[in-house]
Amino acid sequence: ASMSGDTGVIHVVEKEEDLNWVLADGPHPPYMVLLDGNLFNRRVMLQLKGTSRVSGLAVAAAKPSPPQGFSPGLQCPNDGFGVYSEDYGPQFAHCNTTVWNPVGSGLSYEDFHFPIFLLEDANETQVIKQCYQDHNVPRDGSGPEYPLCAMQLFSHMHAVTSTVTCMRRSSLQSTFSINPEVVCDPLLDYNVWSTLQPINSSGKVDPQKEVIIVATRIDSHSFFWNIAPGAESAVSSFVTHLAAAEALHKAPDVHLLRRNVMFTFFQGETFDYIGSSRMVYDMEKDKFPLRLDNIHSFVELNQVALRSNSTLWMHTDPVSRTNASVEAQVRSLLDILSNSSVGANVSLQEVGYSQPLPPSSFQRFLRARHIPGVVLTDHRTAFQNRYYQSMYDTPQNIRLQYPQGLSPEETLEYVTDAAKSLAEVATVVARALYRLAGGANATSAIRADPKTVTRMLYGFLIKMNNSWFQSIIKPDIKGILGDVPQHYVAVSSPVNTTYLVQYVLANLTGTVVNLTKEECLNPEKPAGGEQEMYEYAWVQGSLDPNSTSRVPYCVRSTVHLSKALSPAFELRQWGSTEYSTWTESRWKDIRARIFLVASRELEIITLVVGVAVLVFSLLATYFINAKADVLFSIPQDPGAVAY
Amino acid sequence: PALGLFLFTIARDPLRIIILIAGAFFWLVSLLLSSLIWFIAVKASDPRDEPLQKGLLIFGVMFSVLLQEAFRFLYYKLLRKAIEGLVALSEDGCSPISIQQMAYVAGVGFGLMSGAFSMINLLADALGPGTVGIHGDSQLYFLTSAFMTMVLIFLHTFWGILFFHGCEHRRWWEIVAVVVMHLAVSGSTFCNPLYVGSLVPSYLLMAAAAVWAYLLSGGSAQNLRRFLLCKS
Repeated sequence: ASMSGDTGVIHVVEKEEDLNWVLADGPHPPYMVLLDGNLFNRRVMLQLKGTSRVSGLAVAAAKPSPPQGFSPGLQCPNDGFGVYSEDYGPQFAHCNTTVWNPVGSGLSYEDFHFPIFLLEDANETQVIKQCYQDHNVPRDGSGPEYPLCAMQLFSHMHAVTSTVTCMRRSSLQSTFSINPEVVCDPLLDYNVWSTLQPINSSGKVDPQKEVIIVATRIDSHSFFWNIAPGAESAVSSFVTHLAAAEALHKAPDVHLLRRNVMFTFFQGETFDYIGSSRMVYDMEKDKFPLRLDNIHSFVELNQVALRSNSTLWMHTDPVSRTNASVEAQVRSLLDILSNSSVGANVSLQEVGYSQPLPPSSFQRFLRARHIPGVVLTDHRTAFQNRYYQSMYDTPQNIRLQYPQGLSPEETLEYVTDAAKSLAEVATVVARALYRLAGGANATSAIRADPKTVTRMLYGFLIKMNNSWFQSIIKPDIKGILGDVPQHYVAVSSPVNTTYLVQYVLANLTGTVVNLTKEECLNPEKPAGGEQEMYEYAWVQGSLDPNSTSRVPYCVRSTVHLSKALSPAFELRQWGSTEYSTWTESRWKDIRARIFLVASRELEIITLVVGVAVLVFSLLATYFINAKADVLFSIPQDPGAVAY
Repeated sequence: PALGLFLFTIARDPLRIIILIAGAFFWLVSLLLSSLIWFIAVKASDPRDEPLQKGLLIFGVMFSVLLQEAFRFLYYKLLRKAIEGLVALSEDGCSPISIQQMAYVAGVGFGLMSGAFSMINLLADALGPGTVGIHGDSQLYFLTSAFMTMVLIFLHTFWGILFFHGCEHRRWWEIVAVVVMHLAVSGSTFCNPLYVGSLVPSYLLMAAAAVWAYLLSGGSAQNLRRFLLCKS
């Protein structure tokens, strides 16, 4: 997009034939295309990309979502940054065995030289279409007459070419300029992690102590900036994870368990595993309390909401299982999981040796160490999610439905079927974790609470600004609630999602302690080995029923944040193929406007007339001035000077 | 045209430049006062009442015309006083500039300021790719505005000459004629966007005022013929 905006004559494309007008027939290029959402596919976009007659694009979101599916992501997500490569399982690399996202068009990874805007509000789309109908419709086969309705889109992106180029320019600016003009920022946020038994977060954990890691991602993406509802791809998995954490913490003998459990929420996984690659890097470089040796096993939850016949599939890595000891551990892991599903409305099935792991954070851990692990998903081969990483991955996609006519409070508390189904999965996971951690008692008491699950689904998918979220966050960040929920990782951190996951986890797994506000905000660290075990948070509390003030309190939990910035930026290897190198360009103005444009002829006529009048008047005045004594003879005043 | 007039007739003489700038300032002050009155009237009334707002606008325009002419009269008084001062300062007992020349320069000053006021906003908005018309207005807006501004500058010049001549020779009907002409031209702009209703009468009035001012300044049909046939 250009610095001063791109202008074009509006043309509404609702069917394929309309495209010919833009590409070949229309007499007034360049055109600004208003595209119907159902035509927003790879074929049409590549045609528009290849022509110079298009100066911009506005896409009207398709309602309802396109039935054949739509995904601007790759067919093989995060390819090249997982564990499979030419050196490790080459038959599985580059999706040779299984194409995970067959609907994927790869549009998000194409370079378009014109601005593309999304129109979600049908009223705005109607205004543009009305202007088009009034002025731009071709009459009787010939072209429409000027003045024509045109649109101007401003979305100049400061960065060009690639991360290497823009980071190099930014670093030159920062080093040498007084007023540095940085052009791009690396994608950056925080991972949220918490342990079942508290550990010293600034020290190192004893190498003999074993930890089971449970992981999910908390971010998603779509073609358009800051629109990433991610219902199936992210929210379903981390909500289940949070519910399982809550259920496990309620078990009576957690402090006696042999192994610890670490609940990890990775940010930035959509962009080549930013969060998990950073955590592995920190573990290798001893910057994290745990080391890779401490990890006993790994359980990951991927997309779990669209189960068919209530089947949950267990994926494992066939290549590492060729090692006998790893195979034994994986086998026991799978058995414990299967046993935990007895009595629940979920049936767990193994995928077997024929398939590799789907794209998951576990792959980054496998790159470093052959840890036994399993990835739970609702799909056996290709994704069940037909809207992976797109703007259509909405609550409707996971069949989240509320009855009509409920107030926001009632909707918050209403337990949907989707919530019940995810609670079942969470129960199974919690029971399995209890067994894996060495728990010996019966697990029937461990249940995930569907009421919690439904509140989380409402908050993360429908309305962030609800009474439960308001009561569990710190008073000074209550401004983050109130936007439409979306889960893009962004460049200013932490994003709303990270904050909310942190505080929800603290609320579900922490304990309320009786401290005052000053004590809570500045906890005295007792001497000895107890430093940095807990995090204390002073949260708002809920609204008193009959008053407008809140009752705040102090929550003690083991929830910590760890930086999720790709190691490539720490090492300044901007062209790295080992770690993620995603950056977001900076921009200043993003706006759009519509107006009429005049024909070239009228503009030229105006200019020529003006110049002609100027020249004529100069000449006339000169001659009148020169011959003033001829024109004006003043009888009364002989001493008058000539005009 | 205004640029041409300025370059060839005014720019050489510093005294004329001073009179020009002062004239422009007087016009600006008159507009400021009249706009203050209009603004107070608008704020004190209901903004949603369309006919009332239109009525207030007409009232504001008429009041502004009257105020402009009043300031022209004040300027005449000031220049009269200035001529006495100039005569006192000069060496040969007569002023370096006559009242007719002052009238002409004052008129150009008024016209320049009025033209600038009309056009600068328009030119600033005209930058950018769009043009007028999305709510149904005419395409020719910029062209007609430019022509209207030009005619107004000429008119102010001629009115300056007529007005000062009337004040000088105590011919009140000349002054009244100027005021009536000004009101007529301003009123005709309310015919817009029917541009023929405002441009045509204004150009006709300008032609009439031009002839009258020419005759008052010492011209005649004879002189005109001699000029056009390039005789000396």
